[in-house]
Amino acid sequence: MYADKPLNKFLGSLTVNGGLALICLLWTIPTIGLLISSFRDRIDINTTGWWTVFPHQDWVAIEQIKPGPEVDRSGPMTLAGVTRTFEEFSQGITTDDGRRLKWIGNRRVGYLEVQEYRWTSNTQTTLENYRQVLAGDDYTATLKDGSTVTERGDNMGRAFLNSLAVAIPSTVIPISLAAFAAYGFAWMKFPARKMLFALVVALLVVPLQIALVPILRDYVSLELNGTFLAVWLAHTGFGLPLATYLLYNYISELPRDILESAFIDGASHFTIFTRLILPLSVPALASFAIFQFLWVWNDYLVALIFIGASPTSQLLTQRLAEIVGSRGQDWHLLTAGAFITMILPLIVFFSLQRFFVRGMLAGSVKG
Amino acid sequence: MATITPPRVSAAGGEAGRALLAIVPLLATLAALYWGFFYLRDLQSPDAATPPPQILVVLLAIVWGVGGMALLFTTANFFVEQLPPAIMQRLQPLIFVGPAILMLVWALALPTVRTFLLSLYDEGSLNFVGLRNYFGVFTDPAMLTVFRNNLLWMIFGTAFTVSLGLLIAVLADRSRFETLAKALIFMPMAISFVGAGVIWNFMYAVKPADAPQIGLLNSIAVAFGGQPQAWTAFFTPWNNFFLIIIVIWLQTGYSMVLFSAAIKGISTEVLEAARVDGATELQVFFQVMIPMILGTIITVSTTIIIFTLKIFDVVIVMTGGQYDTSVIATEFYRQYFTYNNNGYGSAIAIVLFIAVIPVMAYNLRQFAQREVF
Repeated sequence: MYADKPLNKFLGSLTVNGGLALICLLWTIPTIGLLISSFRDRIDINTTGWWTVFPHQDWVAIEQIKPGPEVDRSGPMTLAGVTRTFEEFSQGITTDDGRRLKWIGNRRVGYLEVQEYRWTSNTQTTLENYRQVLAGDDYTATLKDGSTVTERGDNMGRAFLNSLAVAIPSTVIPISLAAFAAYGFAWMKFPARKMLFALVVALLVVPLQIALVPILRDYVSLELNGTFLAVWLAHTGFGLPLATYLLYNYISELPRDILESAFIDGASHFTIFTRLILPLSVPALASFAIFQFLWVWNDYLVALIFIGASPTSQLLTQRLAEIVGSRGQDWHLLTAGAFITMILPLIVFFSLQRFFVRGMLAGSVKG
Repeated sequence: MATITPPRVSAAGGEAGRALLAIVPLLATLAALYWGFFYLRDLQSPDAATPPPQILVVLLAIVWGVGGMALLFTTANFFVEQLPPAIMQRLQPLIFVGPAILMLVWALALPTVRTFLLSLYDEGSLNFVGLRNYFGVFTDPAMLTVFRNNLLWMIFGTAFTVSLGLLIAVLADRSRFETLAKALIFMPMAISFVGAGVIWNFMYAVKPADAPQIGLLNSIAVAFGGQPQAWTAFFTPWNNFFLIIIVIWLQTGYSMVLFSAAIKGISTEVLEAARVDGATELQVFFQVMIPMILGTIITVSTTIIIFTLKIFDVVIVMTGGQYDTSVIATEFYRQYFTYNNNGYGSAIAIVLFIAVIPVMAYNLRQFAQREVF
């Protein structure tokens, strides 16, 4: 029995690590497929799976035989030493030496391909998809057969900037307001303080869907709809309960004697807040800022309602959703577009993982 | 709760004059912000004669928004600090707490009341109809499908997110590749729902049966001799599950991290004692670990339940709520913004709110007991 122990241990570790590796693989495959596809040619994406970029066995063309105009394509043809009809060639003929003869294209202008079954990989890559999706003007793409198509670019470059213009103030404003309020609730004396703080906590349960319509009505009457300010204010309102609540928990726990000695030195509330409290709260502020930034960056609903269809102000998520809706089969645009929306969050994730995870856990109860 | 009263400064002469002067920066800031708003709005408008480079507009907007807020706080506070101490002490909390309360009341408290009132009126918000919209919501067969779908989301989304997160946490705890594995599983949390929608649309992509499949799932289905399927379209009611998979993929990272922390909190002595007593690994897991992390399981479950109750983006991007996949939030959007049915749409929003309250209240109680930062 004891002799089995190293073996058992080995098998156990194999199960654990093997199982974990399998799950991790399953979890990353969707993203990897998207990333790989975004660099593939538009025709390739639509005719072969993205996994064919990895080495695999398949029929590979080694020679093309273009029959001259004198060959009668309606009857049997003799090509590469084999006599068959067009229909039979179109199905593919396997010869004795293991090759395959296959007619590509239509009867009149098509050609015969001599193929061999061997290891291959489709490693051709291109940046064209990104160029087209980022461009704002008409974009001319050259297809494989040499013809060109002109399509409207998707202007995601502009949308990327718009997303920044929305996400940065929508992060800084609510966190600042919340930090001021948290300090006020924790260290100032004023009437109805407890009641107001209870209001903040109570509003944590309100789902933002409920607030969209009344706010939209205010914006319409104030002519604010479609402006960045409208989205900032909405995100500020929706983010405030959680931000105030979390920052209050943090700020009220800061050691009391630091503040007292600052007061004795004659510092005002404002000085203490900006010089003392804010620097001490950096970990909490950073974690929540990352959460709020990503929340706003990834948000679709709020942007959809308060920015709407205005083509100059649309955000990344809106542009991407619009391509899904109007050209859902244009995978070369969708894959590149999706990756553009993901790039900044992924950078934040990999560079600030610790704050990222803490922020996400703290933000999980957001309304 | 601790409060501190700043020492009183003896009142000096000319206070009124000082205060009058101090209000100038505040008023100037307000004026500048007001002017800046219209300037920016004209820049942003699509029919501007010569549109400036977008990067300039964006930079200006950020500076105006962030800088404006900082300036407002600073000048308002400067003004208040010039006032006589007695007044200052009354007004200063207003500057600290006031803006947040104002925003909260305008953006959340009032809208809740306003939406409730709207739900009592007809589609044009003109005639009072009492609870008719609510009767409609609970008797409309389309809404019953919607509630069924949310129930599917709640049950299966939560069950799989919790159990997979737990499984991965346990496996990772015993593996040498813990950090890497956890990072890979957590990564989808960074991705937007729209982006995730595209990723999975591509996984589910379908081509005619005689063409090569470019979607991984259909390519596997065909390789095993099946027929290519449009997984999220005419595949009712199973298409709902293919949407739920997306959220499981997105949220398992969250549950895994919480479970991982909880498992590390169990003392190894307890686990060792159970093993010495002859318990198998499975018994240790189900009879020792699970009871000890029950609190975390409840926290994760309630969070995911709330999340699935409010699910919107994934459904709207993948199916638009068609093919019997509509959920409460998408139905609200459709009724209100597509059909302009104000009363009915508002009633759906209120129903969502009421469904969320008990779970959220419970979740917040759990949340309050937990160290967050």
